[in-house]
Amino acid sequence: MTDLTRLTAADLAGRLTSRDVSSVEATQAHLDRIAAVEPALHSFLYVNGDEALATARDVDSRRAAGEKLHALAGVPIAIKDIVVTKGMPTTAGSKILEGWIPPYDATITTRIRAAGLPILGKTNMDEFAMGSSTEHSAFGNTHNPWDLDRIPGGSGGGSAAAVAAYEAPLAIGTDTGGSIRQPAAVTGTVGVKPTYGGVSRYGLIALASSLDQAGPVTRTVLDSALLHELIGGHDPRDSTSIDEPLPGLVAAARQGRSGDLTGMRVGVISELTGEGYQPGVRARFTESLEVLRGAGAEIVEVSCPHFTYALGAYYLILPSEASSNLAKFDGMRFGLRVEPSEGKVTAESVMGATRGAGFGDEVKRRIILGTYALSAGYYDAYYGSAQKVRTLIQRDFAAAFAQTDVLVSPTTPTTAFKLGEKLDDPLAMYLNDVATIPANLAGIPGLSVPNGLSDDGLPVGFQVLAPAKADDRLYRVGAALEALLEAQWGGPILAKAPELEVAR
Amino acid sequence: MTTANGTPEVDLVDYDDAVARYDPVFGIEVHVELGTRTKMFCPSIVVFGDEPNTAVSPVSLGLPGALPVVNGTAVEYAIRIGLALNCSIAETCRFARKNYFYPDVPKNFQTSQSDEPIAYDGWLDVELDDGAVFRVDIERAHMEEDAGKNTHVGGSTGRIQGAEYSLIDYNRAGIPLVEVVTRPITGAGMRTPEVARAYVQTLRDIFRALDVSEARMERGNVRADVNLSLRATSDSPLGTRTETKNVNSFRAVERAVRYEISRQAAILDAGGSITQETRHWHEDTGTTTAGRIKSDSDDYRYFPEPDLAPVSPDRAWVEQIRAALPEMPAARRRRLQGDWGFADAEMRDVINASAVDIIASTVAAGASPAAARKWWMGELARTAKQLDVELADLTITPTQVGELQWLVDAGRINDKLARQVLEGVLAGEGGPEQVLIARGLEVVSDDGPLLAAIDAALAAQPDIAQKIRSGNLGPVGSIIGAVMKTTRGQADAGRVRELVLERVTPA
Amino acid sequence: MSTLSRDEVARVAALARIDLTPAELDRLAGELRVIVDAVASVSTVATADVPATSHPLPLMNVFRADIPEPSLPVAEVLAGAPAAMEGKFLVPQILEED
Ligand SMILES: [Mg+2]
Ligand SMILES: [Zn+2]
Repeated sequence: MTDLTRLTAADLAGRLTSRDVSSVEATQAHLDRIAAVEPALHSFLYVNGDEALATARDVDSRRAAGEKLHALAGVPIAIKDIVVTKGMPTTAGSKILEGWIPPYDATITTRIRAAGLPILGKTNMDEFAMGSSTEHSAFGNTHNPWDLDRIPGGSGGGSAAAVAAYEAPLAIGTDTGGSIRQPAAVTGTVGVKPTYGGVSRYGLIALASSLDQAGPVTRTVLDSALLHELIGGHDPRDSTSIDEPLPGLVAAARQGRSGDLTGMRVGVISELTGEGYQPGVRARFTESLEVLRGAGAEIVEVSCPHFTYALGAYYLILPSEASSNLAKFDGMRFGLRVEPSEGKVTAESVMGATRGAGFGDEVKRRIILGTYALSAGYYDAYYGSAQKVRTLIQRDFAAAFAQTDVLVSPTTPTTAFKLGEKLDDPLAMYLNDVATIPANLAGIPGLSVPNGLSDDGLPVGFQVLAPAKADDRLYRVGAALEALLEAQWGGPILAKAPELEVAR
Repeated sequence: MTTANGTPEVDLVDYDDAVARYDPVFGIEVHVELGTRTKMFCPSIVVFGDEPNTAVSPVSLGLPGALPVVNGTAVEYAIRIGLALNCSIAETCRFARKNYFYPDVPKNFQTSQSDEPIAYDGWLDVELDDGAVFRVDIERAHMEEDAGKNTHVGGSTGRIQGAEYSLIDYNRAGIPLVEVVTRPITGAGMRTPEVARAYVQTLRDIFRALDVSEARMERGNVRADVNLSLRATSDSPLGTRTETKNVNSFRAVERAVRYEISRQAAILDAGGSITQETRHWHEDTGTTTAGRIKSDSDDYRYFPEPDLAPVSPDRAWVEQIRAALPEMPAARRRRLQGDWGFADAEMRDVINASAVDIIASTVAAGASPAAARKWWMGELARTAKQLDVELADLTITPTQVGELQWLVDAGRINDKLARQVLEGVLAGEGGPEQVLIARGLEVVSDDGPLLAAIDAALAAQPDIAQKIRSGNLGPVGSIIGAVMKTTRGQADAGRVRELVLERVTPA
Repeated sequence: MSTLSRDEVARVAALARIDLTPAELDRLAGELRVIVDAVASVSTVATADVPATSHPLPLMNVFRADIPEPSLPVAEVLAGAPAAMEGKFLVPQILEED
């Protein structure tokens, strides 16, 4: 019998529809896999077994009754712990929210529930999505299935590792500066950051409101398209949600799989190649460009001169917005409450003590940085300037997209680094996001698809960027590259990953 | 400088002396809670005095993940207010976050408008009690949200032994507010307290006329912060100001301004300087005391609210709102005074009794303006005073007063009976017609019973009957009086007189 | 641009209501100084003629109809609170407001 956990979501959905397998079987298979590999990986902060199986049973019986169900009905999913789930603990990887059970669902959660996807659990992440390694989780780090001594990326390392290790065929991530794409790159999975406003932010615990986007984390481009179409589209509860229909993403992915990109103009961003990129990453990138050229794409070089300032702008805008978004974690209405060890117990002193004890180092660093950047006398030099850089980066993109249909770069400068390697050097950690950040600043969509292994045997990611609201182009180009590369490799990249030791 | 609540920090300077020596400058920030059905940024209902935390949503509680969405009706109300205050309406404006930690502010920031108000650069003419008009320049009117309500529980009364704590109800959190901010108001001189009071009163009337708020002061729908400073002369630069927070009645505005003028004058007289601070008004003692001076209180770290799109009111929409604005209270009062033919003093009494609307409704119900004024400013005003309530709170409606007057005009009751009917209506016995029937008060209009009563009266007082017969009409009144007594006042005195004269002087 | 002093970090941490131990303060001040120096370059290209972008996509006038929805049940609202009493959130003594 086939291992149901190895199927793509699309294939599993097909077998569920034909009633070849039941959702209960599929869900149980994933729960079993979770039980087997979690001790090694720690992708999950909470496993939602009973409820997932209940959903699966419900879907099976509705399907048996001939009800018309969503295409992904019965396909299990994992959700990053930054997405609010009613009745399920939601911590955002922080001690300050330990044990908090939200009284409401995020719009994403509502849509997932309505479509009948059993929710396997909540995945690990850097605290409040601040980090690129999942080492900033208050509940221990997640390990990369390719090498357990290495980081799974971050902040969504839990979702990426879960998908890479067959704990779930689908997962939800959020991407503020690369937190979907960078983990995808370093775990050999596919991750998509949709256009800002393409997926509702209602119920995502906000990190930086003007940068955050939720998106799919999967093993194939088509699976991402299927999940993106499920969670995307207008939501009146999010004022920044785009009130237009999504472009045809699944159709674009299917079209891309033909491997024909004739007439597609692909721009290589000169600022996101070359120096600072690991040789193996560079080599795979160049080879992938040749594959695209072979598929009929026209490759051009474009320059985005202001990208040099993107990291600086990002590390001002993000902390500023975060300092305000995270102000609500104060021990008054929900979550942790800590009394000061000395002095008078007042609301003010309890807030200080709670936040001092409840937040980890990286969160403190960024809140203080953001508070500083917004405070009287500094606003213009820091936050104000950063917003101007944002304009310049948008202009760079506009000029580049005037000549091209999509832009490409390596997703990350390096493959997965060792756990602990950059923990004491925040700035070095921040540099991981250099290629992913510009898309968030400009609000445009981006995708990372595996494009081979580096010299160290670890996966490398290829980033595709498209103009705002043209997410379909990501899927067409991504699916084409995936199909052509898999044909070369003779199967998916994850087939090359070492089998995990399985706990018994 | 700070002392216990209510104890003046200085010996006050006599008010007249203070305004003789200093030129007061003031400014007022008025917050009005809008009467929308739902909150500013979420669909929780707007309620007053409901069970705690029963009108809340993830947004108004500031739960993780919640996002705001602007209430379009609140924007419309804000534009209405801006237009009524002769403001320009912004082409584009954004919301901003005003960051400060306070437990009744659920997100620890207030979503407000910092340097981009929806309405700006307006003015308002304020009519004083004696009819003089004072123009107040409006700097801005901006949109924001209210905070929750906290109740402080002292250690001695609290259930946690010895501990002090607060209880928070977030029903009010997120109710839409419009804050109207004046420019510094100069030139009011000794009438400064009166102008301040009249300004707030005028605003309140406008909010009601615009139908954007119930604007009930006693419920805190309208709250005023009063800034005041003194300077040597009108040519001197502005002095240091204090901001007295949450002054919540018209009278309190007047008193607080008066108090601050006397207090600041005393400090300046003694060679001291005014501390820029917020102050609290104490209604019981009629004094203000210093609030806590916090070093970071002004570092609000404003930045544009990334969760909300900018607001750019369509010009056609703004013009549509402008065209639909109701007549402003001052203009309406002038018009009504003309229509009603009231003297200036009469009209002022009506205005001061907040009876303009009531009289207008009574007139609309068919009563003559004079009659409407007579009832409301007479009998009913006395009753309201006795009960210590507003005219509007009496259990009689303008329609009922109109009905009452109609009964009088139709001759079914006389003035004296009308007062009894009124008494019945106020006692909750029903409408005028009902009371009249239930109490059997209708004027006896049938001559039969009247003639019988007249004959009985004449028979009982033969000497008087004789006098009348002999042409001395003086004592007719005593026969009429006797008849009225027999009919318990329900006879038309005029008709009785006619009948008596018919009876005793046969034609 | 000024470099970030330890005192300044302490002031900002207080503004952000985060209690720090002296050791934390020392370490954070050092780290933040490096980060601030690295990001400060933004001001070199942020000239007066460049407009600021506060929202990544140009949205305008996103309004909601004034139609009420039911409240969250008070029991669920208070279930997650650190302390509650009489249907309200119980918080430590609030010092006099400013
Ligand atoms: Mg104020
Ligand atoms: Zn205000």
